Amino acid sequence: MDKTQMAAMLRDMLRARAFEEAAAQAYAQGHIAGFLHLYPGEEAVAVGVLHAAEPGDYVVSTYREHVHALVRGIPARQIMAELHGKKTGISGGMGGSMHLFDQDRRFLGGYAIVGETFPIALGAGYAVAYRKLPEAVLCFFGDGAVNQGTFHESLNMAALWKLPIFFICENNHYQIGTEIHRHSAITEVYKRACAYGIPAEKADGMDVIAVHEAAARALVRIRAGEGPQFLELETYRYRGHSMADSGSYRPNVELNAYQANDPIAAAVHEAEYPYPGIEAVAAASANSVTRFADHCCQEGHLDDATVERMRREVQEEVADAVTFAEQSAAPDMEDAWKAFRSNRRFETLMEVAR
Amino acid sequence: MSEMFYWQALNRAMDAEMAADETVLTLGEDVGLYGGTYRVTEGLMAKYGEWRVRDTPISENSFTGLGVGAAMLGLRPVVEIMTINFALFAMDAIVNMAAKIPFMSGGQFPMPLTIRMPGGVAKQLGAQHSQRLEHMLMNVPGLRMAVPATPQDAYWQLRQAIRSDDPVIVLEHELLYFSKGGVDEMISAPPIHQALVRRQGRDITCVAYSRMLPLALQAAEALAAEGIELTVIDLRSLSPIDWDTCIAAVEQTHRCLIVEEDCRFAGAGAELAATLQEHCFYLLDAPIRRVAGMDIPTPFNGTLEAASIPQADDIVQAARQMMARNGAVR
Ligand SMILES: Cc1ncc(C[n+]2csc(CCOP(=O)(O)OP(=O)(O)O)c2C)c(N)n1
Repeated sequence: MDKTQMAAMLRDMLRARAFEEAAAQAYAQGHIAGFLHLYPGEEAVAVGVLHAAEPGDYVVSTYREHVHALVRGIPARQIMAELHGKKTGISGGMGGSMHLFDQDRRFLGGYAIVGETFPIALGAGYAVAYRKLPEAVLCFFGDGAVNQGTFHESLNMAALWKLPIFFICENNHYQIGTEIHRHSAITEVYKRACAYGIPAEKADGMDVIAVHEAAARALVRIRAGEGPQFLELETYRYRGHSMADSGSYRPNVELNAYQANDPIAAAVHEAEYPYPGIEAVAAASANSVTRFADHCCQEGHLDDATVERMRREVQEEVADAVTFAEQSAAPDMEDAWKAFRSNRRFETLMEVAR
Repeated sequence: MSEMFYWQALNRAMDAEMAADETVLTLGEDVGLYGGTYRVTEGLMAKYGEWRVRDTPISENSFTGLGVGAAMLGLRPVVEIMTINFALFAMDAIVNMAAKIPFMSGGQFPMPLTIRMPGGVAKQLGAQHSQRLEHMLMNVPGLRMAVPATPQDAYWQLRQAIRSDDPVIVLEHELLYFSKGGVDEMISAPPIHQALVRRQGRDITCVAYSRMLPLALQAAEALAAEGIELTVIDLRSLSPIDWDTCIAAVEQTHRCLIVEEDCRFAGAGAELAATLQEHCFYLLDAPIRRVAGMDIPTPFNGTLEAASIPQADDIVQAARQMMARNGAVR
């Protein structure tokens, strides 16, 4: 990984955190309504995975998808405007926080029904395989989602037909308020993939580099035609399940432990790591020597000032998005009917019937 | 008689039935430790333990099916599906299992199963979280469906549902959970499916249910000020429907206005209008009219969301037109 890429990942993580905190604030002020599921704590997952993907890949997501959308390249303004229900939003104000869609960026949507992402990804993977295209389909889901029947049905078909699907489990340990040991017989989610012979791996979802490496490996195998791959990322959400939930069911020690292992702090640390002296390299064990040396030689490092500048820039970008959202016009009922009819394509239907 | 929230009334009903009968148990996502997303099962796990208040994985079809199997063995499960939108996963368990088994077994297996689910358009929850879908379940023979609009009915009807040997769906409304009303736990309840006249008037019979009831009453209030008097019927049950109460009211008013939040096309209102017309055609001074949600997925934007479902004012307008034109509909 080179220095530019490292910097880009760090910037995306910082932007994600700033975006979500701004959304929380807008919600508290009553500018955003409905359900709002935020991502702080889990940034390394979206950033690590999506930076390993190609622009031609497809992404299927859940209701906790703002950051997936953001990292995918949808402008903060359009996401924030959608959260505000405005006409300038990426779904024209018809979708809201849980339903961000962007055809141009191959973002196949956020789905609010747990378990729906699997068949959508299955279908997308089928279409890609059918046309013999080189793309992959990235399917994000939570640890709670794997108990839905569609998970098993879709994994079976994906494996059976060797579809180019990358299943990415964001294991944040909770299904709303139910902790994983109380909702899953097998709490190491990746092990479930073995029932379908899908290669599966688990990585530290608080460490963006580990996530990136594991995702890159899986994507290489998918592009080599080896069929679906599975990656479990252990992570944690700092906030409650949604803005309606304070998360009071979680022990403080648990939250504190994960916050101490903050993915952004870790990324900053990694990015700022000073170039080690020869002794330091030599003092490390054999394995880490090579890894360390490679890492540092290729990347160099960022400094404090650069990181601070980044923080400022993303704050400004997000503040601009909020202003844009607030000042954007609301859609009217005509827009709603237009959105609806464009889905139904009445005209075409009539022609075919004749 | 005490004042309480709708959710509290449901909670009291659960508690009462669980205390009275140890075959009653409840299961669903987050019903236990968390206390239920709308607090309906709050405190029950502490009182009755994990085997009677079970947190389930997100596996709607299977845990609803679990309820069916347990009911076949004589338990009285109350399955909570977090919202009706997710019941679509459980349609197999509800339609092919719960509704069919008593019949297919020649009556050998009663189905003392209750399925509770909230539904409706709340506040900007997006198209996938803003549905009612009652018409889908109304079309399934073998199911009963209660639609309580008041805390009193929430209390009565849930208790009756749990005691029933038929599968009963209790369809709650997300915007009603925090509405308040009196609950008398001592008086004897009308049958679960009986409709109640909530207001008596001379001009139009307005048939409503669930969250549309308070809107209809509000509209009736406004109309009374201009001399139009509505009889407002609270259906309370969508399957079966208490036709007698509706017909008796139309006999007096000669006009009928049906209000539903769900989409108009092929909705509950269509069934109501068709059947009442069969019974009341010669009594009517005007065509039966429906005020219903638009046939469009619910927009997220708050203003459009409100525009896509009936408001009290839409009921007022419709009633005025029925009186003014003597029923001629545009
Ligand atoms: C079919 C279905 N059932 C229930 C819900 C309600 N619900 C929304 S999110 C959620 C928990 C999902 O947990 P997980 O998959 O681990 O994702 P996370 O929120 O932790 O990212 C539940 C139960 C739903 N949206 N869809």
